[in-house]
Amino acid sequence: MQEWANQLCENRQFGSKMTDSKYFTTTKKGEIFELKAELNSDKKEKKKEAVKKVIASMTVGKDVSALFPDVVNCMQTDNLELKKLVYLYLMNYAKSQPDMAIMAVNTFVKDCEDPNPLIRALAVRTMGCIRVDKITEYLCEPLRKCLKDEDPYVRKTAAVCVAKLHDINAQLVEDQGFLDTLKDLISDSNPMVVANAVAALSEIAESHPNSNLLDLNPQTINKLLTALNECTEWGQIFILDCLANYTPRDDRESQSICERVTPRLSHANSAVVLSAVKVLMKFMEMLPKDLDYYGTLLKKLAPPLVTLLSAEPELQYVALRNINLIVQRRPEILKHEMKVFFVKYNDPIYVKLEKLDIMIRLASQANIAQVLAELKEYATEVDVDFVRKAVRAIGRCAIKVEQSAERCVSTLLDLIQTKVNYVVQEAIVVIKDIFRKYPNKYESVIATLCENLDSLDEPEARAAMIWIVGEYAERIDNADELLESFLEGFHDESTQVQLQLLTAIVKLFLKKPTETQELVQQVLSLATQDSDNPDLRDRGYIYWRLLSTDPVAAKEVVLAEKPLISEETDLIEPTLLEELICHIGTLASVYHKPPSAFVEGSRGVQHKRLPGSAGSGESVDSPDTGSAAGVSEAPPAVIPSQGDLLGDLLNLDLTPPTATGPPPAPSSGMQMGAMDLLGGGLDSLMGDESEPPPIPLRTDTPQSPQLSHQSPSPPDYSPTELGGDLGGSPAMGAGFGAPAAAMPATFSAPVSGGLDDLFDLGGGVGMPMGAYSPPKTVWLPAMKAKGLEISGTFARRAGVIQMEMTLTNKAMSVMTDFAIQFNRNSFGLAPAGPLQVLTPLSPNQSIEVALPLSTVGPVMKMEPLSNLQVAVKNNIDVFYFSCQYPISMLFVEDGKMERQVFLATWKDIPNDNESQFQIKDCHLSSDAASSKLQGSNVFTIAKRTVEGQDMLYQSMKLTNGIWVLAELRVQAGNPNYTVSLKCRAPEVSQCVFQSYEAMLKN
Amino acid sequence: MIGGLFIYNHKGEVLISRVYRDDIGRNAVDAFRVNVIHARQQVRSPVTNIARTSFFHVKRSNIWLAAVTKQNVNAAMVFEFLYKMCDVMTAYFGKISEENIKNNFVLIYELLDEILDFGYPQNSETGALKTFITQQGIKGQVSKTKEQSQITSQVTGQIGWRREGIKYRRNELFLDVLESVNLLMSPQGQVLSAHVSGRVVMKSYLSGMPECKFGMNDKIVIDKQGKGGASDEAGKSGKQSIAIDDCTFHQCVRLSKFDSERSISFIPPDGEYELMRYRTTKDIILPFRVIPLVREVGRTKLEVKVVIKSNFKPSLLAQKIEVRIPTPLNTSGVQVICMKGKAKYKASENAIVWKIKRMAGMKESQISAEIELLPTNDKKKWARPPISMNFEVPFAPSGLKVRYLKVFESKLNYSDHDVIKWVRYIGRSGIYETRC
Repeated sequence: MQEWANQLCENRQFGSKMTDSKYFTTTKKGEIFELKAELNSDKKEKKKEAVKKVIASMTVGKDVSALFPDVVNCMQTDNLELKKLVYLYLMNYAKSQPDMAIMAVNTFVKDCEDPNPLIRALAVRTMGCIRVDKITEYLCEPLRKCLKDEDPYVRKTAAVCVAKLHDINAQLVEDQGFLDTLKDLISDSNPMVVANAVAALSEIAESHPNSNLLDLNPQTINKLLTALNECTEWGQIFILDCLANYTPRDDRESQSICERVTPRLSHANSAVVLSAVKVLMKFMEMLPKDLDYYGTLLKKLAPPLVTLLSAEPELQYVALRNINLIVQRRPEILKHEMKVFFVKYNDPIYVKLEKLDIMIRLASQANIAQVLAELKEYATEVDVDFVRKAVRAIGRCAIKVEQSAERCVSTLLDLIQTKVNYVVQEAIVVIKDIFRKYPNKYESVIATLCENLDSLDEPEARAAMIWIVGEYAERIDNADELLESFLEGFHDESTQVQLQLLTAIVKLFLKKPTETQELVQQVLSLATQDSDNPDLRDRGYIYWRLLSTDPVAAKEVVLAEKPLISEETDLIEPTLLEELICHIGTLASVYHKPPSAFVEGSRGVQHKRLPGSAGSGESVDSPDTGSAAGVSEAPPAVIPSQGDLLGDLLNLDLTPPTATGPPPAPSSGMQMGAMDLLGGGLDSLMGDESEPPPIPLRTDTPQSPQLSHQSPSPPDYSPTELGGDLGGSPAMGAGFGAPAAAMPATFSAPVSGGLDDLFDLGGGVGMPMGAYSPPKTVWLPAMKAKGLEISGTFARRAGVIQMEMTLTNKAMSVMTDFAIQFNRNSFGLAPAGPLQVLTPLSPNQSIEVALPLSTVGPVMKMEPLSNLQVAVKNNIDVFYFSCQYPISMLFVEDGKMERQVFLATWKDIPNDNESQFQIKDCHLSSDAASSKLQGSNVFTIAKRTVEGQDMLYQSMKLTNGIWVLAELRVQAGNPNYTVSLKCRAPEVSQCVFQSYEAMLKN
Repeated sequence: MIGGLFIYNHKGEVLISRVYRDDIGRNAVDAFRVNVIHARQQVRSPVTNIARTSFFHVKRSNIWLAAVTKQNVNAAMVFEFLYKMCDVMTAYFGKISEENIKNNFVLIYELLDEILDFGYPQNSETGALKTFITQQGIKGQVSKTKEQSQITSQVTGQIGWRREGIKYRRNELFLDVLESVNLLMSPQGQVLSAHVSGRVVMKSYLSGMPECKFGMNDKIVIDKQGKGGASDEAGKSGKQSIAIDDCTFHQCVRLSKFDSERSISFIPPDGEYELMRYRTTKDIILPFRVIPLVREVGRTKLEVKVVIKSNFKPSLLAQKIEVRIPTPLNTSGVQVICMKGKAKYKASENAIVWKIKRMAGMKESQISAEIELLPTNDKKKWARPPISMNFEVPFAPSGLKVRYLKVFESKLNYSDHDVIKWVRYIGRSGIYETRC
């Protein structure tokens, strides 16, 4: 053996041909046969040679599983190198040859008793990697011994082995009590054992979301913090990631943990630094903002973040993606560090794009001059994506920092002069946004824009240009000619351009009716008769009808004043942002998506939340909004992401999904539908302030790329597949987080613009009136229950669901010992405490009992959904009955959706999930209805009025996290209301509707 | 956690493949090859998601290292691990090349088994690993029980980076302060951004388990000391102190002690390692100033004049000076005249490269070039990449000075005075660019 080693060594030194690389070159036929012979050779050296060849073949993907018995035969050896090679082979092929793998067991068991700790550890490490059920049984005893081994090297290996075993057979690990042993290892004297135990426990805990496996309490936290100072860099990462899951009891504890974690910010390993940042960002939430330490901590965070940017490019990328999140959450940390995000000529493209994103987020009046100078440089670079993004960034600066708008516009004009095709197109798209933000200020540049009309070949740029021509038709002498030139190839244009062209020509006609009659007729007939696109046809019909019935009204609608837009574009939705902050350093923070979006199975689906701030009145998200140009005066809106201010005109799903077929005829029967269609459509069309559009629905038309750079998305990621089922309550949050993640990309232009004012109404509408509670009904008649009569109802009082019952003793004897139980039910309702009947119930006596309920019980879908099966026991017998609860009592207090989230969610839920109901004979005004509903936690988010018909947009959230979105239509004088409900779990719609009816009529 | 680790050559052939987790199948190996290595475009991200599987990759010359996972792993950790893996391999067999990997594949599998368990990185300090994994095969069986337990306690212990019982006849240490100075300057000579990123690299040949304390002219420390001592002295030394924006340390440094007292104390690994990294942005000495002048003469000619000025003590010499002046893609010919050194137009690199071997401080030199252009109908204007510069100077542009490195070893009988210490300062250009 020694000789061989020496020989190998020599070979290496002299670089002769006799090196390991020769194993890669055998490709002859009959190879397997030859190897077999060599493996069975008597000579040790030959054997080892042969095993090496086998491993080399395995590496390059050849199937050498046929050699299994021969290789396993080589296992019984005292040559550790050979043993390791055989083990490597076993790990790869054991699964395909389970029966043969058993042959290896004895050797493993024997090795676990070897006096050499390295061999003991090797055996236990390898055994855990062999995923064969029969073998795992034999693993338990050796593992138990190794967990208590005197050598820390064996213990640290055994700790990881528990996680391996758990992955193969979770039940076995629990039954064998390994979890407790693992917990004990957290108190081990060796820091590496502690770190590995923490890693193993964290992983196991992830697949048991509700178990209290990682019982984090101040004592264990203290142990972890001690080990943190002593273990390897990797161990520090495990421990910090684990610490981040802990929620301190109060701000003092929070501060003391932060104090002990901050030294890690100086570690050379970037992952240690980022994990420490995660812990600090999370625990900081709990510190009072007026605390001195809070300010100190903020100051301490900036330098390490900047240092991360001098790491290798791959790590820079990870760091930048995280900084992007941190900047959104706490802009104050890096606000003075703009310069470090300047792009370097040699940065890889992925680093450049991320830096650009952060630069825009940090842009402010103070640094805008520098930023603009940089952006102008970037716009002359080579990489097309980067240049485009730089041009867009200039536009975003103009919108974000008003003082810079003029300079931005002139920079953009300079860029247009370069005549580089994609630069020009990108510039035109952003100039359109600037027009919308600062109307009547920069229109002098239109002439320059028009010069470049011919070079535009991208739909988004064409659409933007057409919008500009239509919008300013009166100032462009040859507007009709320009638009006409586009009309020639109408059918070859993309939908976005077609829609835009239609609207622009209508605008032109309304402004210059005399010369353009022919043109408008041409476009209307192209849109309505020659097109297969329903959106286009519908929009065409609306214009046609509008123009033919009432041109004055048409003018009012089409040429109405547009609301302004602001810069709050691609900010990550706050709840998602909070979650991502809890995932700093991980893949989720790189993708900017919750783990549930890219991790299969139950793992990682748990939702992480930031802890609440320590009692200060200031809301946690205030720094974000605060930085963004005064929340009160300018309600946030979104830059239209496409040239199309009109949005997708008929993307309004006010009518049931079936009604998308033929264009609605103005017959009396269709009156209602037609009216909606017009109202909604035209509002959206013009973004009229008084009558803003409802929700953007369906996205048939391709949305333009956002101003922001979306993270590289997993190809099969789709928000709809997440959550939405009944039951699995932890998954519900995920279901909600995901659409929000997708929100910026799918947002359509006119929506938020128009809805702002309207949405502000939402807050004022309705005073809470207390939740609706149905009258008591008899659930259990006395004759069925040996004299016990139970009548009852459900109510939600101060956020607590209560089952209120009257128990009446109609028997002759005294009743005592009451108890109650529920069967599994749809929403996991369960008694939160015992049934409080303290005194015995005498004959003919009644007693009122209120039983608080929780929603954490076992879940089973019931039919009907709100059915609840109850068992009541007393000293006489056990009685069963079932009752139905109004689903409204499950509406939680925080069911008010963010308006933008509402819009996005409504759009995101497929139309098939929508159901419509009529509520008859209801005589409330819409405001009264709204306040009545609010009492039961149905929140009105927006209200608008179209032709005397009020539309209320409402949201409610069930205890298990399901959101229900509703549109309630109330027409003055008409006692019939229409409710449209959209929910990812359409099963609940029926129940919700029933509750609506009950709530309104009461 | 990491589900698997693959190493490919430039063609995408697998050299090493080690799967740690059951959720990673054999097809993952191919997925990465097809989607990343064989993809035609430039790499747009170091993290790729293919069918719900995430791939992290780094490249070393022609070799691709990829880590795979299906879980929400700590991404920063995965990259740090990949870099570490490269370091370990380099420490064992030199350059990471296809040949070296093939020659050492058994060794690499052994290492992968040791430093990554079920996807969790374990001790990856080469010093410790070399005690029981060697290129001659595993030591394990030949060593005595006592030695074995020494190995295991070192691998898992608090001082995992140093073994006990090291002896040198001469106790010696070398400190290298290596700085790279980065600059981005506008054509008008305005500093857009400048910073120094520095490293203190230590080579220690010390016996036993020496306790070391390192001191430098850190402003915070000096100010603190100044308060206690005479005010006169404080003013004097305060002048020489520098403000360090941030620093990070090798894991041997006691971070909590640095956090509380700002003192740098540690037990060093044996041999060469990086003690600390730091970054400064204030009062940087910019060793060179580049003054560009580019004039477009008509559509077919460019006139370029570049002046460089050295800005440090006349007694010091800068070396390996290289100025790279980019030329347009449609350059047809270049005439260069320079006062010092040699200048050449390199068509393949689209640049004029001007090299000067040595230059003393407070000097000035100039180059002028006439660039002939082919007429093109390409509307796109030439992007004018910045003029970049390389050099090496024998001082630290940040102003950092090592004040002391004290060595204490209580058990062995040598004292701080017996240790021979060497300090060297080298300042190099990082990205040192001037826009033109």
